[in-house]
Amino acid sequence: MNIFSRLFGKRTSSKEVAKQRLRLVLIHDRSGIPPELLHVIKNEIITVISKHVWVDREGIELNLSHEEGHTRLVADIPVASLRQGQATRQRGTSRR
Amino acid sequence: MPGIAITFTSGKGGVGKTTVTANLAVALALLGRRVTAIDTDIGLRNLDIVMGMENRIIYDIVDVVEGRCHLYQALIRDKRFSSLHLLPASQTRDKTAVTPQDMVAICQELKKNNDFVLIDSPAGIELGFRNALAGADELVVVTTPEVAAVRSADRILGLIESIGKGSSQLIINRIKPSMVRRGDMLDTFDVIEFLAIELLGVVPEDEAILIATNQGIPLACEAKTPAGQAFHNIAYRLLGEEVPFLPIFEEPETLFTRIRRVLRLSY
Repeated sequence: MNIFSRLFGKRTSSKEVAKQRLRLVLIHDRSGIPPELLHVIKNEIITVISKHVWVDREGIELNLSHEEGHTRLVADIPVASLRQGQATRQRGTSRR
Repeated sequence: MPGIAITFTSGKGGVGKTTVTANLAVALALLGRRVTAIDTDIGLRNLDIVMGMENRIIYDIVDVVEGRCHLYQALIRDKRFSSLHLLPASQTRDKTAVTPQDMVAICQELKKNNDFVLIDSPAGIELGFRNALAGADELVVVTTPEVAAVRSADRILGLIESIGKGSSQLIINRIKPSMVRRGDMLDTFDVIEFLAIELLGVVPEDEAILIATNQGIPLACEAKTPAGQAFHNIAYRLLGEEVPFLPIFEEPETLFTRIRRVLRLSY
């Protein structure tokens, strides 16, 4: 990083990184759902959905989020339609 | 009128619980209040060191609980302030030597003859922590502006809530104004936003703390340094006075300070 980017550029301050990490870790701590359990849930969801449609295992994301006082379990599951042979994304959310 | 028992706790070690306890005890004694500090870190005592009383211990809290001496025989009187006492922890026993019921009884007795009973909690969330909480009327969570410390504080607040203790207040310790200014440290507002708790005080990082600990004379004996001033402000707040928070933490970065920072970084 040269002197000009330091002076005028936007440095991502380490404080912002700290806040981001803290936000995530507190969501997990407060929900009582550790990342290991999330992994188990993810695998079971894959098993259930795979019975009916073909899903892209690598692209599945399962996260906790916290908005307006509610903790949400958000699953993002890319579904590959067998008939058309291309992936379409469907978003499913479930409230805890 | 009986006094009030306040427990200082944090979950994480090394955030400055003992320093905060010792300095607030001194600051309150300076204001003429009767204060007894209790070290509940049995097996790893250190409040005696910070208060400069390590050579004068005869009995400790375990001796009191096991009936080898009367409670008032175990108290060590401060040499500077006659209204300040310490009930030291045992260095050779472990935490199971004292139960929460013992702590309740000790605090009840001490509150009769003190305005403030300040309890220094050990790190962790096991029996020592529960002992420290047992006799408390009020709780103060001490943290530093770091991810791990704030996370621990959040966990501790959850535990305090589940135990059914009343509301807690927060002290943010060891904040570095220069790092806050250049965006490399969480500021007061960030920490409060995460923990959603009332702020009792903010103590800046201060080399004078280590010097004072080296000498066994708590910094609050003199209010001339930034941290010393911060402790006195907290003591006044504990007495119910409204003291504004030190203004040094929220100065925005100007082009001038940014140029100075960048030049310093590039050399």
